Amino acid sequence: MYKLTGVTKQYQKGRGIVAALQGVDLVIDDGEWLAIQGPTGHGKTTLLQMLGGLDRPTAGSVMFGAGVGKGSGDAVGEDLARLRESQVTKVRAESIGFIFQTFNLVPTLSAQENVETALVPLHISAAARRDRAAAALADVGLSDRARHLPSELSGGQQQRVAIARALVKQPMVLLADEPTGNLDEDTRDDLIGLLEKLWRDQQLTVVLVTHDSTVARRAQRLGVMRHGKLSIKQDTRAQAAGKPSVSG
Amino acid sequence: MFLTYLGRELRRRARQASIIALGLALGIGLVITVTALSSGVKNAQGEVLHSLYGQDTDITVTKAPKVGSGSPGSFGFRGSVGTGQRPAAGTTIDIDTLRSTGLGTLTDAQLTSVSRLDNVAAAAGGLTLTDTKITGTIPAINSSGSSGSGGFGGGGGGGFFNGSLTPTSFSVDGVDLAKNAAGLGPLSLGTLTKGRTLNGADAKADVALVDADYAKSNKVAVGSTVTIAKTSFKVVGIVSLPASASSYDFYIPLARAQALASMKNDVNTIYVAADSATNISAVSKAISKAVPGSTVQNSQNVASEITGSVNSASSLANSLGRWLAIAVLAVAFLLACLLTTAAVSRRVREFGTLKALGWTSRRVVAQVVGEALTIGVIGGIVGVGLGFLGSALAGHYYHTVTASIGPTTGSATPGGARVFGGGFGGGGGGGGFPGGGGGFPSTGTSGAGGSGADRFRNLAAGATHTATVHLTPQITATVIVAAVLLAIAGGLLAGGFGGWRAARLRPAAALARVE
Ligand SMILES: Nc1ncnc2c1ncn2[C@@H]1O[C@H](COP(=O)(O)OP(=O)(O)OP(=O)(O)O)[C@@H](O)[C@H]1O
Ligand SMILES: [Mg+2]
Repeated sequence: MYKLTGVTKQYQKGRGIVAALQGVDLVIDDGEWLAIQGPTGHGKTTLLQMLGGLDRPTAGSVMFGAGVGKGSGDAVGEDLARLRESQVTKVRAESIGFIFQTFNLVPTLSAQENVETALVPLHISAAARRDRAAAALADVGLSDRARHLPSELSGGQQQRVAIARALVKQPMVLLADEPTGNLDEDTRDDLIGLLEKLWRDQQLTVVLVTHDSTVARRAQRLGVMRHGKLSIKQDTRAQAAGKPSVSG
Repeated sequence: MFLTYLGRELRRRARQASIIALGLALGIGLVITVTALSSGVKNAQGEVLHSLYGQDTDITVTKAPKVGSGSPGSFGFRGSVGTGQRPAAGTTIDIDTLRSTGLGTLTDAQLTSVSRLDNVAAAAGGLTLTDTKITGTIPAINSSGSSGSGGFGGGGGGGFFNGSLTPTSFSVDGVDLAKNAAGLGPLSLGTLTKGRTLNGADAKADVALVDADYAKSNKVAVGSTVTIAKTSFKVVGIVSLPASASSYDFYIPLARAQALASMKNDVNTIYVAADSATNISAVSKAISKAVPGSTVQNSQNVASEITGSVNSASSLANSLGRWLAIAVLAVAFLLACLLTTAAVSRRVREFGTLKALGWTSRRVVAQVVGEALTIGVIGGIVGVGLGFLGSALAGHYYHTVTASIGPTTGSATPGGARVFGGGFGGGGGGGGFPGGGGGFPSTGTSGAGGSGADRFRNLAAGATHTATVHLTPQITATVIVAAVLLAIAGGLLAGGFGGWRAARLRPAAALARVE
C-alpha cells in the first residue's frame, strides 16, 4: 500500500531547523495493521501527515496505491510527495480516512451530517450521501444518534462518528493519530474492538499512532519512532503472507 | 450541505453575525436616508422654481442688460433734456413709460431656437416691465439742493420729486398667450378671483389682468380702465398669486407689451419646461449654448441662491449626513473584515479537518464567503428597512420647509442710472426714486445711481420670495439596489479576507496540537 523511501521532513523553527523525520524507509502492506509508538515530539504525527498527503516531505518519496511495495508492485501507485495539490486532495478524498485524538467533528453539524461531510468532495447525490452516511453510522452502532450534535455525544460516541466519517467513503487506508488518547479504558477497548472488526470486514490498511501499549500490542506490527527514525519492534503477521520488507 | 452548514454556523455565532449585519445595515440605512433626503431637497429646490415661475417651469433664461445701455423705451426727455440742462421751471411733465429694467433682451429667434431644442416640452416668452409715471410741473430752483457737485439737487434731500412730481410705478408682465405656454410663467400660478383670464384671442387686445392685492389697494375692479404707457387697458379679471410666486401688478398680452415698450419681437425671460426632470441639466446646457451670454437657471443651480430651512435639510443631507454615512459604512466594513477573519482563525482545526477529508480549498473558501455574503445580504435588507425608517423620520422632521430666493438676475446694472438721461442721477447716491437723498438735477453725470436701478429691478423681477414647500425624501429603486449591492460588497470584502485566510490553511492543521 505504501513504500516510503528516505522520507525527511524539516521544519523551520525560528532560526533553527527541526528535523522531524530523518530518512524514514518503510513498506506497509495492503491490509496490514501497523501501530507506531514513541516518545513525544519524535515525529509520529509528522510521519502520519506524510502518509496522509497532508504535508510534503522535504526529501524522499511516498509511493501510495493498492499493491505498492509488493514485489514488483513499485510501478503502480503515485508519489504523494510529487503529486499536484489538487491530485493529493483527490487521493485524500477518495482513498484515505483519518481519525484524530480530538475527534475533530464539526460542532454545528449533527452526527449524520458530520459523516456526510466526507462524501461532499465525491460529488454524489444528496440522497445517496444520506443513505451511505446512515449505513456508516449503523456500522459503528450509532444509528439512534444520527441527529445528535457532537456536544450531545460522549467522547467514545464522538470518536465512533469520526470513524464512520473516515470509513463512509470506503477508503483503502485508515490513519489514526492517538484515537484513544482522550478516552477511558473501557471505551478505549470498545473502540479498538470496533476498529479491529471494521479492519477485518473492510480489508482496510490501518496505521495507528498511540502512546498506549495496550493498544499498540494489538497491532500486527509495531514500529517505534525515535529522533525521526522508525524501527520495527514486533511483527506478528502470518509467515505465509510474503515476508514484508522492513528497514530503518 | 452547503446551506445547512452555512445556516448552522451563522446561528452558532449569531451574536457576532448580528453585530456585523447591524453595522452594515446602519451604514446602508444612513446611505439611503441621506440619498433620499438629498433628492427630496433637490425636489424641494425644484419646487421653489416652480412656485416662482409656474408649475411647469423647470428652467428660466434671462440675460444681463448691456452695460451702459439704457433700455429702449426710456424716459422721454433723455433726448431733450438729458444734456445736463435742467428743464425750465414751470415746464409741464407728463411721462408714462413702460420699460424693461434690470434684464437684457432676448429675441424671438432665440425663443424659437430654445423651444426647438431636444427634450424641451414647451417654452414661453415673458416680458416683465415697469411702468413709470411722472406728471407735474418743474418747480423753481430749490436752494437747499445746492450741495450737489456743480448742479442742483444733491445730497440735501428734499429735491425734485416731492410734491406734485412724485413718480408712481407699477409692474407689468407681458404674457405669452400661446397654447403650450399654459403652465409657464408666474401668471399660471394665479387663481382668478373675478372676471376672466386672458386667452389666445386677446393677443392683440388692450386687456389686462390685475393682481388682487394691487386691485385692492388701488381700487381697481373688473371693467376699470388703467393706463399703461399712455394706452388705456380694460381690466378683464383679477388674479391672486401665492406669496411664493413672482407676481406683477398687471398682466397684459405679450404682443401689446412688446409694442408699448418698443421691444417688438423681444422678451426678457424665457420659461422652459423640460420633458422630464432628468433632462433638466442637459436642456440647460443646450440652452446656454443656443443663447450665448444668457443666465440659465434651473432647480439645481438655483439651489445656491436659496436660503431658509430647506438649507438646513440640504446641509444635513449633503455634508453631515454624507460623512456620517461614509464613516459608519467604513467602520462597518472594517468590523466585518476583522470579525470574519477572527472567526476563521478560531476554526483552523475545523477547516483543516475538512481539507484533510478532501474538501478543496475552493469549497472551504466558498463556505466562508457564503457566510459573510449572507450576513451582508441580511445587513442590506435590514439596512433598506432602516433607510425607509430614517427617510420617514427625516420626512417627518422636514415635512415642510421654507425656501427663500432673492431677485433672480444679477446685480444692479450700471446702465440703470442713465435711464434718466443724466438728469436724475441720484447725486447723493441715496435711494433713487422716491428716496430721500437723491436730488433731481445733478450736473448730468450719470452718477452712482445704481440703487435706483435696484428699486426698479425689484419691482420688475420681484423681491425676495419665500415659498413653503413639502420635502419628501425620495427612495428610488436604483438607490435600494445600490445600497444592497453595497452591503453585498461589504460581505464579499469580509468574506474575501476570511476566505484568503481559509485558503492558506494547510490540511495538516487538523492534526495540530490541542491549543
Ligand atoms: N508545523 C511545525 N512547525 C515546526 N515544527 C514542527 C511542526 N510540526 C511538528 N514540528 C516539530 O517536529 C517534531 C515532531 O513533531 P510531531 O508532532 O511529529 O511529534 P509527535 O511524535 O507526534 O509528538 P506527540 O507524541 O507529542 O504527538 C517536534 O519537535 C515538533 O516540535
Ligand atoms: Mg503527535
